Amino acid sequence: MIPAKFEYVRPGSVDEAIRALADGGDDAKVIAGGQSLLPLLRLRLAYPELLVDVGGLDELRGVTDAGDALVIGARTTHYQLVHDPLVAEHCGLLAEATETVADPAVRHRGTLGGALAHGDPAGDLPAVVLALDATLIARGPGGEREIPAADFFVDYLTTSLQPEEILTAIRIPKLGPGWGYRYEKFHRTAQSWATVGVAALTRRDNGSVAEARIGLTNMGTVPVRARAAEDAAAGAAASREALRAAADRADEGTNPPADLHGAADYRRHLARVLTGRALAAAAGL
Amino acid sequence: MAEITVTVDGVNYEDHVEPRMLLVHYLREIVGKTGTPIGCDTSNCGACTVLMDGQSVKSCAVLAVQADGTQITTIEGMANGALHPLQRAFHEEHALQCGYCTPGMIMAASDLLRENPHPTDTEIREGLEGNLCRCTGYENIVRAVRRAAQAGVSE
Repeated sequence: MIPAKFEYVRPGSVDEAIRALADGGDDAKVIAGGQSLLPLLRLRLAYPELLVDVGGLDELRGVTDAGDALVIGARTTHYQLVHDPLVAEHCGLLAEATETVADPAVRHRGTLGGALAHGDPAGDLPAVVLALDATLIARGPGGEREIPAADFFVDYLTTSLQPEEILTAIRIPKLGPGWGYRYEKFHRTAQSWATVGVAALTRRDNGSVAEARIGLTNMGTVPVRARAAEDAAAGAAASREALRAAADRADEGTNPPADLHGAADYRRHLARVLTGRALAAAAGL
Repeated sequence: MAEITVTVDGVNYEDHVEPRMLLVHYLREIVGKTGTPIGCDTSNCGACTVLMDGQSVKSCAVLAVQADGTQITTIEGMANGALHPLQRAFHEEHALQCGYCTPGMIMAASDLLRENPHPTDTEIREGLEGNLCRCTGYENIVRAVRRAAQAGVSE
C-alpha cells in the first residue's frame, strides 16, 4: 500500500529539525531509519502531515566513550551497534539483543533511537535500555533534558518525548567487573517480534549473585523491570536452582497482552522460564 | 514533489517524486526495474530487497527521497554479460520453484557473502532470515549460497 500524503523536510542540523517539528505542530513526526514508521504509514495506521528526516544527521550518529558511560547517538544503526568495539567491551547486552532485532536488512536501516522513540513494548531494545539503567537525552526548543529509561516509556507506543523534542542520544553506564548478561527471546519465526523477551544482568560476588537487573519485553503496555525476581536473586546462591526460584517471581506485577502469538498466562510462563535461563547464563552458569 | 538523484544499476537518474513514494515503487514504475518484485506489503518477506550503498535494504521500507544520493543495485544489475555466480548457483541447485522470492534472496545473499565470504549453513540461514520462500523449504537456497561461496562470489 501507499502511505497517505505528507510533506517532507530534511533538515541540516538537529536545531533545524526541532524548528521544523515546532512549525509542523502535532502532526509532525521524526523519521530516521523508518523501519518501524514506514510500515505504519503504509498500513495507514499513522498519517502525519509532515515527516522530518533526521536520517542524514551525522551529529546524531556514533558511539563515544564518556568515562563511566557510553553515549550512543540516537540514529546509530543496529548494524553499527552490533559491530561497535566500545559497545562490545562495555555494553555487550545491547549488542547481543540488537543482533536479534528483525533481520539484517532492517538492522542496516533501523536505529537505536528510533526503536526507543517508537515505544513498542514488543521491541527488544526498550527492555534492554531499561535493564541497563540508561538515560535518554532529548533536545527541544527549550534545550536539552535527560530522561531516565524508567520514566521514558509511558504507554503503548507512547513515550515522554514532547512533540517538538528529538531524542538525540542514549547514555548507558558501562558494566563494571563481575557483571554478566543475557538476552533470552522467544519468538515463533526467525524475524518476528518477541512473544516474550528477557534482558538479564547479574553481578557475581564469589559464590553468590550480589545484584540482578531484569527487563521484560512484551509483558505489558510498556517494557517493565521484574523487580520481585531482581530482589529474590540479589544475595541468592549462584546456582541454577536458586536463580530458578528467583525467576519464578518474574511475572509478578506484569500485565501481559493476549494475542495470536500467546495467551497472557502463557506469556507469564515464558517470562518465568526465560528469566531463569537468562539469569543463569548471565551468572556464568 | 522532491528532486532526487539516484544511481540504479550503474545509471544515474534524476527525478521528481512525491515524498510518500516508496523506493520499490520508484524502482519499478519510474526506473522500470521490474525485476524487483513487491511481495508482502508489510516488510516481512524480503522479496523487494536491493542493495543501497552496498547494504541490503527492503525497498518497501525506504522512501525514494531517502535514497537520494545513494547507489542502488537491483537484481537486474547483477548479471554482467553472463549470469552472476549467485544467479548461476540458484539455477544449478534448483533454489527456486515459483521464483518470486529469488531476486530478494540473491540480493540478501550477495550482502551476506560480501561480509562473510565463507559462511556456515547456520550463518547462511541467519543471513537470509529476512527473506521468506514459500516453495522450497530453503534447503536448496542454502545449498546455492554455499555453492556460490565456494565459487568465490565475493572476489
